[in-house]
Amino acid sequence: MAELTYRDAVARGIAQEMERDERVVFLGEDVAKAGGVFKATVGLYERFGPLRVRDTPISEQAILGAAMGAAMTGLRPIAEIMFADFAAVCFDYIANEFPKLRYMTNGQLGCPLVVRTGNGGGARFGAQHSQSIENWTMMIPGLKVVAPSSPLDVVGLMAAAVRDDNPVIFHEHKSLYAMKGEVPDGEIVDSLGTAKILRPGKDATILALAMMVPRALEAAEALAAQHGIDCEVIDVRSLVPLDTQTILTSVVKTGRLFTVEENPRLCGWGAEIASIAADEVFWDLDGPIVRITTPHIPLPAADHLEDLAIPNAARIAERVSRVMNGSQR
Amino acid sequence: MKGKNDDIGADKRLEMYRLQVEIRDCEKRAYDLFLQNLVKGTSHLSLGQEAIAAGVASAMQPGDLSFCTYRGHAHTLARGVPMEKVLGELMQRDNGLMRGKGGSMHLTSIEHGVMGSYAIIGAHLPIACGAAWRAQYLGKTDVSVCFFGDGTTNIGAFHEALNFAVIWKLPVIFVCENNLYMEYTPISEVTAVPHPAGDRAAAYGLDRIVIDGNDADVVYRTMQAAFTRARAGEGPSLVECLTYRHSGHSRADPAKYRPAGELEEWLKRDPVKIYRARLAEFGIAEAAIAAIEQESRRKLDLATEACKAAPMPPVELLTTDVYADGGWAWRN
Repeated sequence: MAELTYRDAVARGIAQEMERDERVVFLGEDVAKAGGVFKATVGLYERFGPLRVRDTPISEQAILGAAMGAAMTGLRPIAEIMFADFAAVCFDYIANEFPKLRYMTNGQLGCPLVVRTGNGGGARFGAQHSQSIENWTMMIPGLKVVAPSSPLDVVGLMAAAVRDDNPVIFHEHKSLYAMKGEVPDGEIVDSLGTAKILRPGKDATILALAMMVPRALEAAEALAAQHGIDCEVIDVRSLVPLDTQTILTSVVKTGRLFTVEENPRLCGWGAEIASIAADEVFWDLDGPIVRITTPHIPLPAADHLEDLAIPNAARIAERVSRVMNGSQR
Repeated sequence: MKGKNDDIGADKRLEMYRLQVEIRDCEKRAYDLFLQNLVKGTSHLSLGQEAIAAGVASAMQPGDLSFCTYRGHAHTLARGVPMEKVLGELMQRDNGLMRGKGGSMHLTSIEHGVMGSYAIIGAHLPIACGAAWRAQYLGKTDVSVCFFGDGTTNIGAFHEALNFAVIWKLPVIFVCENNLYMEYTPISEVTAVPHPAGDRAAAYGLDRIVIDGNDADVVYRTMQAAFTRARAGEGPSLVECLTYRHSGHSRADPAKYRPAGELEEWLKRDPVKIYRARLAEFGIAEAAIAAIEQESRRKLDLATEACKAAPMPPVELLTTDVYADGGWAWRN
């Protein structure tokens, strides 16, 4: 057992898989000699050498295209898109190429690769380096999408993503890189498509993802202490596949559903889950389904403005307590 | 007989003629099937561009990989995919290459090394780089060939891929089929240099290679050199083949934008006619030439009838192969 940061967990997860399988290769901008701009891949170049850990030009289309070509002919590439915002300049691969290859070719070709990307806000980087784009990737048939919230989940879900035969978008959260957590020694392999109940509770279900997870947990403690509301906090972890069983079982138990989403309001992941809950467990609900999200705005750079935009523990607790006490808003 | 014992030889020439005839026949049949509403959607024919497909494929070895565009029927046929499989896919029947799930623009046959036909301009250049990277990484000697049109040279992925292939010295050959028009607009009106691929080569430290794409011998010889270079670990090549499409961009395009007389000029340089004369020039008997033509038509008629008789894909295919488990489940 060792205490690792989320950033060190990224390197550990990749190293575990590169050690296991020589087909695993890793490419991206500044990822090799420099160890990544977030220092999440330090040591991989030294350990696995220049043939397996490769720096690329600032060419996001070339990075993802090359990863795809290698994947469909037998390698298991991991590609880094430094900031998730940059997915927009190579979105053809994410939206048109990776996810449709298997279907269009009637199963002749597959695309087993992982795209790691630094997602999310809180670092005061402004509107083009802070977005949460998990919903951009969730909406595309053929992709799998995960977003870990802890060092342990980073290692285990990385292993699961690399071993999966589908294209997996792996959203790392930039503001969690410094987070520390216990990670057992030895090989760790998690499974995609599984949510985790992090705090059992009986009064309300709160779903969260990535950086919203620690904030939802903090809010849950405050709600228990100050309002006597016992919340069940679930880390969704995997948007596709979606663990609706764990989520709906919890909602049926508590009768209340809240989602805490960092993505801007429209078409956020919580909207999909809200619609599933409304369809399938409506008669078990004791109140409105409420989404707590970043407003539908680009993110500002100034720290106090960004803090206003992204849901925090106080806002989550305040909203949950008001709704639980009968307010619609 | 002049040139009888040259570097190409009678057998290879007959093969290249056969490929050009089969592609010509099959593309014409595809057009006829449109008119009968038996081919749905769209389709992009290679009529007039057959020498490139034949010349390149004849220089390839088994195991080499082809990456095509939506104008990919010719390159797919040239790798040995049966006509029935191609026409069946155009007709979106169950006997098609992808059982009707891909359609005309996405022909794929991995058993023939056809690693997909890509309908987003430029997307497959980096993908071909990746396949070449795999060969380099695993120490394999196969080469990836990526076909694209002149219009592709103005999209970012073209430039990203060329730079990437050069810096990693990848065994990939980029083949630009410059047929003078991107869709409806002449490529010269929208491009900073006269030769959209060839004149960009220097920017990536590559040789400027601009060739007659209507002469299969020229294409074949040029590709042989490019394959030798790629297999020797010397990196990529960029080849611009000058050609002309005899029909419009796609099914919907009557090509009225072409100046009067232009098509007629290019028809004088029809690759199939050029090559038929070449065979005669090299002393190949008329009977052997005619036999190839008759056999092509026979195979085509059989393929057409088989496609007309083939069923539509079963409804179960709607949701297969979204994910690697064969299904489409996105939730539990």
